[in-house]
Amino acid sequence: MADRAQPLIRPLTLLGLGAGALVLALVLGSVAAVAWRAERGTGLRPSDWAALRFTLWQATLSAIFSVALAVPVARALARRRFRGRTLLVTLLGAPFILPVIVAVLGLIMVFGRSGWVNAALDAAGLPMVSIYGAWGVVLAHVFFNLPLATRMILQGWLDVPSERFRLAASLGMRPRAIFRQIELPMLARVLPGAALVIFLICITSFAVALTLGGGPRATTVELAIYQAFRFDFDLSRAALLALLQLAVTAAAALVALRVSAPDAMGAGLDRALRRWDQPHPAFDVAALGVAMAFLLVPLGALALRGAPHVVSLPPEVWRAALRSVLVALGSAFLTALLALPLAVAIQRLGGIRGRTLEVAGMLGIAASPLVIGTGLFIVTFPFIAPDRLTLPVTALVNAVMALPFALRVVVPAVEAVEAQFGPLATSLGLRGWARLRLLILPRIRRPFAFALGLAAALSMGDLGVVALFADADAATLPLQLYRLMGAYRMDDAAGAALVLLALSLVAFWLFDRGGRVDADV
Amino acid sequence: MRSLIILGLGLLASPAIAQERPVLSVYTYDSFVSDWGPGPAIEEAFEANCACDLQFTALGDGAELLSRLRLEGPRSDADVVLGLDQNLIAAAKDTGLFADAGLADVAWDLPIAWDDPVFAPYDWGYFAFVHDAGFDAPNSFRDLADSDATIVIQDPRSSTPGLGLLLWVKNAYGDDAPRIWADLADNVVTVTKGWSEAYGLFLEGEADMVLSYTTSPAYHLIAEDDDSKQAASFVEGHYLQIEVAGVLEASDEPDLARDFVAFMAGDTAQSILPTTNWMYPAVTPEGGLPDGFDTLIEPQVALLYPSDEVPEIRDAALDEWLTALSR
Repeated sequence: MADRAQPLIRPLTLLGLGAGALVLALVLGSVAAVAWRAERGTGLRPSDWAALRFTLWQATLSAIFSVALAVPVARALARRRFRGRTLLVTLLGAPFILPVIVAVLGLIMVFGRSGWVNAALDAAGLPMVSIYGAWGVVLAHVFFNLPLATRMILQGWLDVPSERFRLAASLGMRPRAIFRQIELPMLARVLPGAALVIFLICITSFAVALTLGGGPRATTVELAIYQAFRFDFDLSRAALLALLQLAVTAAAALVALRVSAPDAMGAGLDRALRRWDQPHPAFDVAALGVAMAFLLVPLGALALRGAPHVVSLPPEVWRAALRSVLVALGSAFLTALLALPLAVAIQRLGGIRGRTLEVAGMLGIAASPLVIGTGLFIVTFPFIAPDRLTLPVTALVNAVMALPFALRVVVPAVEAVEAQFGPLATSLGLRGWARLRLLILPRIRRPFAFALGLAAALSMGDLGVVALFADADAATLPLQLYRLMGAYRMDDAAGAALVLLALSLVAFWLFDRGGRVDADV
Repeated sequence: MRSLIILGLGLLASPAIAQERPVLSVYTYDSFVSDWGPGPAIEEAFEANCACDLQFTALGDGAELLSRLRLEGPRSDADVVLGLDQNLIAAAKDTGLFADAGLADVAWDLPIAWDDPVFAPYDWGYFAFVHDAGFDAPNSFRDLADSDATIVIQDPRSSTPGLGLLLWVKNAYGDDAPRIWADLADNVVTVTKGWSEAYGLFLEGEADMVLSYTTSPAYHLIAEDDDSKQAASFVEGHYLQIEVAGVLEASDEPDLARDFVAFMAGDTAQSILPTTNWMYPAVTPEGGLPDGFDTLIEPQVALLYPSDEVPEIRDAALDEWLTALSR
């Protein structure tokens, strides 16, 4: 690449390296702080390896199911134009950003013992289905991750230059040939990354597996960390388990990034994706219909349940909502600050050095929330009252956890821009900040905005990794939701859940929308 | 310039004002301070007479409270910790961070004798399975294990009631506990991370019964005027949860801290707790229990391990539980 001739590290690369170092410091530093503070340790136990096996099993299963099922849905969204498509794409973001408890309650309203599906089966004289056990784990995983997988794969379709389909159409290519020649190479490039992200999410987001898994068979590493903290206050064991989790993640990330094929697409003129091949719609309609029913009916059930209680919500809930909005904005801002220089640096470094930096940036997702919170507490407590840090620390940690998603969409975008326009820009002497502002930013606006929307929405629904940084008067909305439930106020909790759902969606939609303005140049 | 002087004087003066009203820092669990919990009423009542500023710091639950204290060590700002239970007392004493509460001669209304000098109870409850009124509930764990009744329970590794159930079965059945758990396995619909998830699943109709407290139906009755929830009475007896407060050795307001612990055992606080924390008062207030509490089941046998035996029993019981339910 052109940059390699530059002997000195350039400012943007330096910033990117700094961002990577910050993530590493936060993730590994917190583990180190916990280990340093440990007094005694018992090391790993046999049950920890069982927990690791289950963690890997459920994460792998979840990644495979979600990605495989997302392909037909994403393809239908990519090649069909219909009223409400934009809204649907936005709504697709919803399950993923819901707090576990809310999503699980939505799922059981539909699939539960007294849910709609079983009511219908019962009325038809058919045996009822149970959503607990292995089936429940898969169901919940797909519910949470299919939408994200769809969005990431759809992004891959949208990145295919429109001219390719135009050319394919003029050559009279059949859908099957288009799939083989254009779509399959794109999928080979996008799927490993999408699967990786979902795999990483599932390593730590264990609560779903736990709630629907049906028992201690569903023991994950994160739960073992809980046990180390709560039962034994064994910080060294907690740190060891956290390292184990990180090592597995880093290994998985390296493997997945290696198998990601390079982008072979030629350049295009950014026309809106238009397709001339319109095979019989039955398959697309079915794919969309099933996915919509599966994803949106539980959300609809939540909305129906919560709507009557929204107007009577106590003022504390609205104050908590405002706090959550601020945290979400802060988190999106920090994600932008981290992701952009990281992506540029990853692209410039290229090769193994770039991949290493990318893995570093992705480690945030695999960090145990409990360990990161405790580590931060140990480091900051001597200097500043913990409750004054609650919201800033929440925003920062959320940003680091959203970073992997941001990198997965922003890095390929930056690489594509550089591959297509890099030589031209270099020959024009467009360098550094000017290149970032005039070339890269406008070109990656859509994935970048998508990433920030995801970061904001994720942050909105986060229960707070900073359990120890308590501030009695600064509860965020998800925390307030738990407080309502803890006080048996399930109706108000349902209302608060609806507010949370709406806010998360609006945050996501606003960012995403901002990125799509003028996309059809 | 004059305004600068006034500002300077103001800055000098504010610590003096703060000294007039000492700050009492109380660490407690999250639901205690919520607007629906006892926190706001307790704060108002105590501040009315203490000439102090009572400040709550809220953490997730009792186990997280203790973790935070251990991390902070003697440098902690906390004067009082409110919300540990008897299962955490041994570990809490081990830290050496607590001083005697100095609460003697209180006529506790607890199902057991209380003579711990360090920690003072403020409320308590029995664990129980809660069900709908029409449901023909089993009356023992054996009966439950033999029935088709479905239950939702909490994971003992992440939840206080979950740990309570673990100790309940162990205390009632001793060496037979693994067999009871093995037989209960097909009754367990699912095991949740915390109480909220389990109770939410139960209210949505996912199981016949949920592990909660004998006092849970009182909430539905008193706050919602709904008498459809009941707790099942088990012949083995019911395991207790006693919530306690303690004074920290390193407190810079030790007298105020002890005043607060005594206040929590007094009539005002004890009248607030039953209908905000939905537990039994540690000392029955003069006005008696609130209407509706008389409808609750009253277990004949109260089960409880001495707090110093809990850590060892807990580890053994957890292994049995994991083995039995992992099959």
